[in-house]
Amino acid sequence: MIEGVPLSHILVVSSIMFFVGVYGFVTRKNLLTMLISTELILNAVNINFVAFNRYLYPDKMEGHFFSLFIIAIAAAEAAVAIAIFISLYRNLKSIDVEDVDSLKH
Amino acid sequence: MTFTQIFFYFLAGVIVAFSVLSVTTRRILRAAVYLLFVLMGTAAFYFMVNFFFLAAVQLIVYIGGIVVLIIFSVLLTSQINDRLDKPEMAKVVIGGLVAFGGLIISALTLWQYPFTASSAAEGDYSVAEIGRQLLNYGEGGYVLPFEVISILLLAAMVGAIIIAKRIKPKTDD
Repeated sequence: MIEGVPLSHILVVSSIMFFVGVYGFVTRKNLLTMLISTELILNAVNINFVAFNRYLYPDKMEGHFFSLFIIAIAAAEAAVAIAIFISLYRNLKSIDVEDVDSLKH
Repeated sequence: MTFTQIFFYFLAGVIVAFSVLSVTTRRILRAAVYLLFVLMGTAAFYFMVNFFFLAAVQLIVYIGGIVVLIIFSVLLTSQINDRLDKPEMAKVVIGGLVAFGGLIISALTLWQYPFTASSAAEGDYSVAEIGRQLLNYGEGGYVLPFEVISILLLAAMVGAIIIAKRIKPKTDD
């Protein structure tokens, strides 16, 4: 644990980060910036796992491994998402969510 | 205030400021760079709690991998001088309400809950111990998720190549 810093302060920082990510996800229209917001949300969750692990169960490593797996899944997700964006850009010349509606018609 | 405390609150300020900037800036490349600072702040936090391996993974995978990938695709899909449109007022209001309301509720709950830090002795966080637990199939072992993740990464890699590959137009004339 960090000397002199209570657990709730860390959790408040990570929840600010989480809800800033939510705000970005709602307001943005460009798919890449939405991906950036998703990364913010995932990162906030990682901070939570690590903080709980370190403060409440310092003799175990469960939170550490969960964060490790979340990082791996975030990497896989980002790779597939960016492949989709590049393919979309090649076909539509745009990566705005409002232009991506060809499945609707 | 000790040096550790000052450093932590400085880090918290950096993380909050850059995450707000990265969702409000109107240039995509800057948003990616601000995300880089947020992720670096997180890695510094992992260093502060002695999770050195996780901090290294964060630096390598997030900053060396994901952010570089995002910057590459920003450069591929937009002009460098392009600015994003301002978000619609309705979206800003709805998003702001959702985010602010959620933040208030969760922050109040967190603030009131009496977390008591455990006084148990610090475990062994060495890389050898991490490797032993990752490949252990007994109690507290993680070999199954480890293998599942490796298959997921392989599938994601193959899928990304297939999706992003240029499909040749049919020559059926």
